[in-house]
This record gives sequence, C-alpha cells and structure tokens, in this order.
Amino acid sequence: MFNSTPNGLHSGETPLLQAIGLTKRYGDFLANDKIDIDIWPKEIHALLGENGAGKSTLVKAVYGLIQPSAGEIRWQGEPIVLSGPSEARARGIGMVFQHFSLFDNLTVAENVALGLDGKESFKDMSARLEQVSKTYGLPLDPRREVWQLSVGERQRIEIVRALMQDPKFLILDEPTAVLTPQEADQLFIVLERLKAEGRAILYISHKLEEVKRLCDTATILRGGRKVATCNPRAETAASLARMMVGGEIREVRAAAGRQTTVPRLVVNDLSLAPDDAHGVRLEHISIELKGGEILGIAGVAGNGQDELFAALSGERLAKDPGTVVIEGIAAGHMSITQRRKLGAAFVPEERLGHGTAPRMRLSENALLTGHAASGMVRHGFIDTAATLKTVDKATETFDVRKAKRDPEAASLSGGNLQKFIVGREILRNPAVLVVSQPTWGVDAGAAAVIRQALLDLATGGAAVLVTSQDLDELAEIADRIAVMFHGRLSQPLATSEATREKLGLLMGGSSLDQKEAAHAARA
Amino acid sequence: MQLVLEKRAERSNTIALVSPLIAIGLTIVTMSILFAILGKNPLLALHAYFIAPLTDSYSLQEIAVKATPLVMIAIGLSLCYLANAWNIGAEGQFLIGAVAGSWIAVKTQGTDAGAWVLPAMFVLAAVAGALYALIPAICKVKFGASEILTSLMLVYVADLFLDYLVRGPWRDPQGFNFPTTAEFDPVATVPVLIEGGRLHLGAIIALLVVAAAAVLLGRTIKGFEIRVVGAAPRAARFGGFNANQLIILTFAVSGALAGLAGIIEVAGPVGHLQPGISPGYGFTAIIVAFLGRLNPIGILIAGLFLALTFIGGEQAQIAMKIPLDVTKVFQGILLFYVLACDSLILYRFRLVFPNRQVTRGAG
Repeated sequence: MFNSTPNGLHSGETPLLQAIGLTKRYGDFLANDKIDIDIWPKEIHALLGENGAGKSTLVKAVYGLIQPSAGEIRWQGEPIVLSGPSEARARGIGMVFQHFSLFDNLTVAENVALGLDGKESFKDMSARLEQVSKTYGLPLDPRREVWQLSVGERQRIEIVRALMQDPKFLILDEPTAVLTPQEADQLFIVLERLKAEGRAILYISHKLEEVKRLCDTATILRGGRKVATCNPRAETAASLARMMVGGEIREVRAAAGRQTTVPRLVVNDLSLAPDDAHGVRLEHISIELKGGEILGIAGVAGNGQDELFAALSGERLAKDPGTVVIEGIAAGHMSITQRRKLGAAFVPEERLGHGTAPRMRLSENALLTGHAASGMVRHGFIDTAATLKTVDKATETFDVRKAKRDPEAASLSGGNLQKFIVGREILRNPAVLVVSQPTWGVDAGAAAVIRQALLDLATGGAAVLVTSQDLDELAEIADRIAVMFHGRLSQPLATSEATREKLGLLMGGSSLDQKEAAHAARA
Repeated sequence: MQLVLEKRAERSNTIALVSPLIAIGLTIVTMSILFAILGKNPLLALHAYFIAPLTDSYSLQEIAVKATPLVMIAIGLSLCYLANAWNIGAEGQFLIGAVAGSWIAVKTQGTDAGAWVLPAMFVLAAVAGALYALIPAICKVKFGASEILTSLMLVYVADLFLDYLVRGPWRDPQGFNFPTTAEFDPVATVPVLIEGGRLHLGAIIALLVVAAAAVLLGRTIKGFEIRVVGAAPRAARFGGFNANQLIILTFAVSGALAGLAGIIEVAGPVGHLQPGISPGYGFTAIIVAFLGRLNPIGILIAGLFLALTFIGGEQAQIAMKIPLDVTKVFQGILLFYVLACDSLILYRFRLVFPNRQVTRGAG
C-alpha cells in the first residue's frame, strides 16, 4: 500500500482536502503552477515559502476567494468548485487572516455577528461566543469595543469567529506575526487542542523554529511551485530555509571591534498626545544613541512605534525643542527637511505611499528625500542627472532588480523597493538613521542585504535606531534592545541579556523589576 | 466569456496620450446621435462645428481669442488639481479680476492718464483674483471647509457684485440705461496684434503662461512638490512638503491667472465692463484642464479645441438653427468621456474565458 504522505500515517483513508495540479494565472504570471497538496484530519500542516512564493494564492483558492485557472480541489474525496468564502465556510473550511477585518468602533459580539452567516438571535450568538471562547481558553469580553483591545485579543476574535462555525479545516495566515512569544505559546496550545479534536489546520508561516515545533507536515513553495512535502521535525531550520530560498542564505556579519562614539540621537523625556482618537500617547520616552551603535525597539504593533517614528522624523513636531536632539542640536521643533539637513535619515514602515510615491519614478522618489541636502536642487531647479545618478548608485550598491533604468516605484517587488529605499537613505551618508520594520514582507535574500547595510552603516560611525516586530532580526543586528508598550519605552537591555522570555514579558506590559522584586519578596 | 478591468503594472504612457482622442471620438459619435434625434443631418452639423470655423481667417482669430482665457484659467486650475486642491470657482475669480482691473479704467476715464494704466489694471486684477481665491483656500486650511463648495458659491457672489456695479455706480451716463460702463480709453485697452483684426496681446500672455507652467512642473522643485502632494499625500509629508501651504499657493496662483484672464477679456475683446462678459470660461476651463491631462502643452491644445466648439456652436446656430445650449451639452459629454477614458491609463480590459477543466459536483 502506497501513499504520498511522508510519515505514512494515513494509509487507507482519503485526505480531508486535496488540491491536484492547482494553477492560478494572473496575465502572464503564474502565481501557482500545478500545485498538489494533501491535508489530512488531525494534522497541522505548514505552508512555507518566501513572500511571493504563492502561499496566499493557494490559500485563497482553497477558501473560495479566487477561482483557479486549472486543476482540481477535492473535499473529502469529492471534487468541488467553491463559488466563494461562504460556500467554503458552509462546507467546514474556516480562515483567520493576517490582516484583521474588524470594525474598531463595534463591540466584539457585533463584529462576530457581522461575520457569521447564521440566523440565530444576537443574544444566543453572544452566549455561544462566550462559551466557545471559554472552552478553548481564548478569553474575550463580547461587550468591549474592538479599538480598546490589543492585537492579540483582536486575533482571538478572528479565531473564535472561525471556530463558532465548527470548521473541520482551519487556515491560519501568519498568526504569530503580531504576537508576543508568550501569546504565541498560548495560541499553540489552542491549535494542539483543535488538532486533538480531529480538525486539520493549514499553518502559513516563515518562522521555521515555530513550524518545527508545531507542525506534522510541511509543504514548501518557491516561485509558485511546490518544492517539497516533508516532515519538518526531521529537518533542520537551515535545510528548510534552503528549500524555501533555493540556495544558501548569506549570513549577516557585524564587523569586529565596532566603536561607539558620541551621542548622535538623544530623546529627552518625550511625551506627545496622539493626533487621532485611536492613536497612542507617547509617555516619557528617553533614548541615548551613540555613533556606531544599533538600538532595537521591539514591541507588538500599535504600541506607539508609529507615533515615535513620526516624532523622531519631524512628521509631528514636539513643543519643546530639547525633546529630540540630533547631532547635539535641539531639533524637536524642526521639520523633517531641517532634520535631514542635520544629518538624519528616515525609513518608514510603509514602502508604498509613505516611503515612496507609488506612481512616480524612482528618480523622482530619490528627489523626495534627497532634495533637502543632496545637491539635487539648484536655485529651485531639479538636477535630473543627479537624481538618476542616485538611482543608478542604489541599484548597483544594493542589487535592486528592476525592468528598466527608471521605473515607477509601484512596479518593483517589495524586497527590491525596500532595498532602493534603504539604499537611497544610506547613500546620503547619514549620521543618524531611524528605520521602521526594515525587512517586513521582504524575501530572505533582500532582508540579508538590508541588515548587512544597517550593520555597515553603524560600523561607519552612524547611530541606527531599528523598530521591528521580528525579535530574531533585532537579536541579529542590535547592540541593545528596548521594548515599547502602551507608548512607554523600557530600559534597553544588552542584546546578550535580552532573552525571548524577558522581551516577551516587557512586550506584554510587565516590568522586569516588579517580577524580580516579587520573586525576591517570596524568597 | 467575461470582460474584466485589470490593473496595469505601470501606467501606460501611450494611453495617456491617446485617451483624450478616444474621448473626443466617443463624444463625436454621441453628438451625431443627438443631432439625428434633433432632426439635423449629423454630417452637416459636424462640419459646421469642426470644419467650417477652420476655413476663414476671422474664425481662426476668434478661436485664438476664445482660447486665451480658457488656457490661462486652465493652467492655474491644473496646478490646483495636481496638488489635490479643488478650485471650482475660477469663474468668480475671473469676474472679480475683471471688476478690479476695470476700476482703474473707470476712474482714469478721460483723464489722459499715461501708459501705466493697462499694466496697473493687469496687476490689480491678478491680485484681486488671488485674494478672492484665497477665501476658500483659507477656509479649507483653517476650518476644513470643502473648497469645492465654497469656491463654487463665491462665483455667484462675484457675478451679482459685477451686476450691481454696472447697474449702479459704474453705469455709463450716456449708455441709454444699459447696464454697462463706458468704452475704456485706448490706454486702458489691450492692443491687437494685427491691424484691424481681433487677435490681441492676451494670446501672447497665454503662451508665456503655458511655457512658465511647463518649466515649473517639469524642472523645478516647487512643481515636483505640487505633483507629489497630489499623487501621494503621505509620501509628500515624509518628503517635507506641506500640503496646506500648497493649497494656499495653488489657489492664489490660479486665482491670479483667472483674474488676469478676466481683465484681458474685458479690456480686450469686450472693451467695457458689462454682465455676461464670460460664457462660462471658468467652468469650461475645468474641462480644458482635464482634457489636456493637466499638462501645460495638453491644455494649450485642449483650449484651442474647446474654443473651436464655441465658435462652431455659433456657426451651427446660424447655419442650422441648432440651439447654442447644445455646445454646453457637447462640453459636458466630453468631460464625461475624458474622465472615463482616463481609467484606461491604470487599467486595461481583458476578456476572460471560463475554464472548463474543473468539473462541477460529484464526479
């Protein structure tokens, strides 16, 4: 008796869900090329791949959001055509998206009610919601409004909403991307339990350690094709990464003997009220960052990182000039252009629409931040040759791949655009670089180039402030790591002392001192 | 089979150039149907509209005369629209410019004032147009009031103000009670370019404005600022550009250009201040701006084309008794098609055939 699963557990049964030769074509681009995948009951199945490998396309086809161009989907052995997500849900397929579809101003129960197709009364539904959330250890108060909730709690709403339909098969798209390590551990307990109940889970991730720990099977996609189906526990993280990338990943290395010099970016007790109702208030933030040093700021998204970036860059001004000091000059009241002239450079989280104007050419986007201090403007006139030179130099130095010399920003892939943006700022030779989520949604190759560039910049004497939700990234490049929670910034820890446990506690809002004090008191 | 609209990876420059032509073609087809319904021969009507005006020198000059205010106003409007500032009130700024410039002409009437009169009229008209445009701009920046509504409402204020002046304080005593000022003195009149013709100095000024706008938008950092604020507001703020300052600036510039166009019209082809000096130039210029793709050279061409429709409309009325209002219908349909065709710059049509490989139901 033969079957295709590597561990041979399922002989004689039919898979819960099967995709056979699944193909999805967008114009000339093959997003999915003849993908086969078998998903069995009582299985946590990882879907691995870099950005753009075709994971989302495959999942959307299985959830009925898009129609495949060719190939077949079988549900419990029977070929099906899904007309849409509601049909998928009716058959027992549930999905939790990476980006939540919740209304901030509605309550938990109202949000869940909007997502359900059922006919039960709001009261019955609320009762069932409370019961489901209790059963699975996902505590939720149905009467609270969503904007008051943390990201982890918001994700719980999505999971509970999916579970209320009693799915046989649940798809989770990068569920731990927004969670603290402790919250992720709690999620894994829930997933193990769902598995024990006989459900199947398709778990999309690029965190390899997590996959090795949790998943029974892994299907790896690269460039729209299936590369392998394997047992992740029998593989190493390195071998999984090789399959994802199709080669060795360049290792990032810090230069030995990096010297720290004088403070180049200082934040003195910065407090700032948010400019919109759901923003975060910054409270008493102090930072001292010397030349040659990289400070990492960790934290769950939405804890004030965006507000801090705006305050540091000058997109929002502080009343007291002394709260932000760049190169020894009080700059809290200065515009972003003036701060650039002092030698600061900034890379925001959002590439399209914030870091670049999507429908403008790269040379114009070079001018966007270069007009202040890079000799691109003379007497109000643009030196087009100088802007093009920046594009060429960034292309060469940071291996930006593009179809022509000066395309629109929106036509570049995420990784290449990010390399251009980081390159554009680094070529200005900044004294201070403030960068937010430098490798978010970027493929592993580009991520390595960008991290190396940040390290090299610090080696050259610049002060670098990196905000990231990726703790591995911060561990790789930062000298010290501080954590943002509810608009406050913790004392930085040396990276060698910043264990995942300690960072996780800080990300969840606990103070290390208090815990230690409590331990001491008990002892 | 299914027709879907699909996003292009990059904007199509070919379509960007061809789209106004497609729009004009579709407009002509629609108008032919309309002429047929009115019981007129569409071919003859189209000839009267588009060909006849191009065949004699009087009409050709008249096209340039009509295009002058359209182009000047549309250039100013294009700066606003590129910066995401929606000035709909150019008609009012045009009228206020005409009134302010006329004030000097009326006050110096018959005093043998020197050659300074006409330049002073131009300057005052531009300043007045700019100040009038700043009212909606400041309301927008300070209070968040919709500039679309406020600038439009101020058109009627300007219209009635002009009406009051020419019926009251500025009425020509020898004018048989008609609501008009006296004919302006020669020093307060825009000189013609060809002896005995209608083409005047304003046409040269309009060309200079087009050239200046082309340099501003294509070569200067201020022009880049205007484009980036409109195209990607958040990126513009990150670049250090202030959107509110640009609203003020672009409204002021477009108000000044509309005001200047106003006084040139009054001191040029009209020769005195009276109600009805504009057949809706300020509104037609909105069509000119979009038909010209908010590009200075495009606006020059579009301005000439719409001027042609004004002249053609008059000829069609005389020759074929087609009501003059049909011209406005024509312009409205044209704007509609221009905006619709613009979606093809970023999107393309694609025929999709359903795949038959997937079997339905249990197999």
